[in-house]
Amino acid sequence: MKINQNILDEIALSKYEYNEIVKKLKRTPNMLELGLFGALWSEHCGYKHTKELLRTLPSTSPNLLVTAGSENAGIIDIGDEYAIAFKIESHNHPSAVEPFEGAATGIGGIVRDIFAMGARPIALLNSLRFGSTNKNKTKHIFNGVVSGISAYGNCLGIPNIGGEVYFNESYDENPLVNAMCIGLIQKGKFISASAKNDGDLLLLVGADTGRDGIHGASGLASKTFNKESELRSTVQVGNPFMEKNLIEACLESIKHIGVNGLQDCGAAGLTSAAIEMAERSKLGLEIYIEKVPRREEGMTAYEVMLSESQERMLLAIDPKYVESIIKIFDKWDLDSSVIGKFIKGDQIEIIENKNSLCKTSINILTNPPTYKLNSEIPEWMIKLQNKKTDPPFTNLSSEETFIKLIESPNISSRRPVYTQYDHHVQTNTIIEPGGDAALIRIEGSNNKGIAVSTDCNSTLCYLDPYIGTLIAVSESCRNVSLTGATPIALTNGLNFGNPKKDYVQYQITESIRALRDGANEFNIPIISGNASLFNESGNESIFPTPIIGSVGLLDNIYKFCSVKFKHPGDIIYILGVNETYDFGNSLSGSEYMKFFFNEINGKPVIKIKEEVNLQKACRELIKDQIINSAHDCSDGGLSVAIAESCINGNIGATINEDLPVNWHKALFGETQSRVIVSTSKNKSKYLEEIVLKNNIPYKKIGIVGGEDLIFGKNFKISLNIIIKHYDNGLETSLSD
Amino acid sequence: MKFGIIIFPGTWSDRDTFKALSNVMDYDSNFVWHNERNIDDYDCIVIPGGFSYGDYLRCGAIAKFSPIMDSVKQHAKKGKPVIGICNGFQILCESGLLPGALVANQSMQFKCEWVNLKIENRKSIFTNKIKLTQNILKIPISHGEGNYIVEKDTLKSIKDNNQIIFKYSDKYGKVTDASNPNGSIDNIAGITNKKGNIMGMMPHPEKAAELILGSKDGRLIFQSLVGNYL
Repeated sequence: MKINQNILDEIALSKYEYNEIVKKLKRTPNMLELGLFGALWSEHCGYKHTKELLRTLPSTSPNLLVTAGSENAGIIDIGDEYAIAFKIESHNHPSAVEPFEGAATGIGGIVRDIFAMGARPIALLNSLRFGSTNKNKTKHIFNGVVSGISAYGNCLGIPNIGGEVYFNESYDENPLVNAMCIGLIQKGKFISASAKNDGDLLLLVGADTGRDGIHGASGLASKTFNKESELRSTVQVGNPFMEKNLIEACLESIKHIGVNGLQDCGAAGLTSAAIEMAERSKLGLEIYIEKVPRREEGMTAYEVMLSESQERMLLAIDPKYVESIIKIFDKWDLDSSVIGKFIKGDQIEIIENKNSLCKTSINILTNPPTYKLNSEIPEWMIKLQNKKTDPPFTNLSSEETFIKLIESPNISSRRPVYTQYDHHVQTNTIIEPGGDAALIRIEGSNNKGIAVSTDCNSTLCYLDPYIGTLIAVSESCRNVSLTGATPIALTNGLNFGNPKKDYVQYQITESIRALRDGANEFNIPIISGNASLFNESGNESIFPTPIIGSVGLLDNIYKFCSVKFKHPGDIIYILGVNETYDFGNSLSGSEYMKFFFNEINGKPVIKIKEEVNLQKACRELIKDQIINSAHDCSDGGLSVAIAESCINGNIGATINEDLPVNWHKALFGETQSRVIVSTSKNKSKYLEEIVLKNNIPYKKIGIVGGEDLIFGKNFKISLNIIIKHYDNGLETSLSD
Repeated sequence: MKFGIIIFPGTWSDRDTFKALSNVMDYDSNFVWHNERNIDDYDCIVIPGGFSYGDYLRCGAIAKFSPIMDSVKQHAKKGKPVIGICNGFQILCESGLLPGALVANQSMQFKCEWVNLKIENRKSIFTNKIKLTQNILKIPISHGEGNYIVEKDTLKSIKDNNQIIFKYSDKYGKVTDASNPNGSIDNIAGITNKKGNIMGMMPHPEKAAELILGSKDGRLIFQSLVGNYL
């Protein structure tokens, strides 16, 4: 067979990589083998551009029961005989091509990842990025993605408790759809994605295999694409009802004797799932391809191996118990077929009606070449960082400017999105979406809870990928800490542009370096992760968007804190700084500069040691029940933070100090590491004691109460008006 | 009083219902798989929420053919209570045990939020033990197809028979357009059959059984029912 560039392009392998294959195999691969290599050596499965960097991340902790990397995700002990596993996964390119199905199957994929470990999925979050709101395409993608998540996720009975939605023109052609799932496992009930012994059978359960999603991993996720119509057939179609039955049946099956391993079929379908399983088991594998139930006639072995049909799982089972295990799946109306057998050795042999189609080394298949990335800062980034413009004023009053900002696409309420997701099911949701982090109860534990947040300000990552990522780690942990929970582990969804470009390589390198440093500063492991490269709009790479998911443990769910101002008369403090208003270069990369002037420049700043310390003090204040609310200053700055505490608590607030001449910096500056808390009069003494003890700068700045938001003498807006603009902002921005 | 909680493939509020009934309120309850036929053991049957059979075709349209539904009909015929919540309400309508039907929300979007329910009929077994001082019930909804429709004549008869149990209202108990989350006719959130022993409601009382989750008003409905059978 003649291998030409067209064939290699279709499976996204380079000439160099093809030559590597020939060198390692000591022969030329046949077409089926080439398909397997295309999938397993794809960026999506092989992590060619990120593997070496990801190895530097901290992945150990005394609480880790299973380390990251050895399974689909690490598992972390939370006490009371329970452990949790969690992970983020991206479905960006499918969502660009077919927003509804792309997002829906993204949910399906991450959920399978989690229950494949024997964990019951207890929460979902979504981190979404879309293009500018004034583009029709954005509206189409936004509506499709949100309704896809709603349709698929709600059907599964897993609460969707949080996430983020941001709009920026860098995502015009390439939205980001990252989903995070958390699963709960009883200690000792974890199941590995591997076989135990040679002779174990490979059982495929769930949906029939069709031609959908062929080359999804290599074609769609591992190169840039221009003509979306060509790629539509690479997107899969989801069936959430079958997934729900798969969850229940799989969780039931692992209690059965003889179920030795469980693995999800995700990107690159059977190829990646079965071969990874064999690799993990240090065994070889025979696949009897004719036994795979098909949805369509005339499918070739190549198509069956590379299909990404959804809602399929693989089990490694002891041959003695085949019949009784299959009965469990029968009960849930799910098909199951023995399609292979684990054998001694390192070879995968694909057999069709007794004809051997290929016999290939698993070790070679699962070890793609890795690439070292450029780590030199691009000129344009230095220029951008050094550009110092005096931030302009809007030609509006401070109050009018505030209203415009609070109803802007990136600040306004996300309620129209999260009310489309079921966030109450499983009846454990204590802090619902809309605050900093969500908080759920751990059922069966001794009143423990976990707080979860995802975060990434990609504008800051664009200006400085290192500092921006460090800020994302900090903010994600900060959100968790402000519920009272202590961060215990991180996951990440690393979304970047084309890794063939030098500046993208720099962004990846710096971002992962910051992830490592940030995790070390907070002294927590990174238990899982996902990298999605080749995200581009036109020829422009997206803003680097390393989404950080953090999970914190709260020892007593009855001692939690939320963003809501609660009682009239409570004193408002700002922690982390000793001035009400901020005058630094805090408008660099701010929402104010982006929204009003479409200008992004300057260099973001964070003092990481102070940040860690601030969070620790906040947790102490919550544990001792000294504060009644806590909210960080983030997008939109101080004014938006205080307004959000008012809106959520449905009560006004007065900040004493008059606005300075530079009211734009004061109200909308986004200096990091600032937290707004409120406390009752008689507890303010204790508050000051604790913050002083922790060396945290602070200032008493105002009082909760009334029906207005007031900053000194020259800023006063009725809370009702603020709520109206905040609540309707998103829908207005997206309406025609 | 013993509750039987039916599970169809695709049901997901079964565990939440069990938790509310047995763990929170300490009532006797048990799961019943949809293929079973004998439900004589149970005093009250609960058909919980979820997406039975993926809501394919129409919500509840496939579940009504499950073997258990014949037994539920027999159970109801004897005058024993049946509660259908959300998807359960849809199944009861599809089975002809309750009048009317539930169609897509007016917004054409799924909606998950807290709503307030005005108690329209305080004499039903599901509400008659609720204190008069309890003006409204705060309970969440979670559905894409909760828009209750019914023919004009039937609407008149269910009104005349006091079959409307709950209406969506504001927090003061005022029934307004703004407080209608899905476009239901007359803000109807829950109804009974003529005899008053079968109730269907779109909001989820089992999800409002603990204050830490936002409300415990949902308990009052089950407590009222049990109170009638003491």
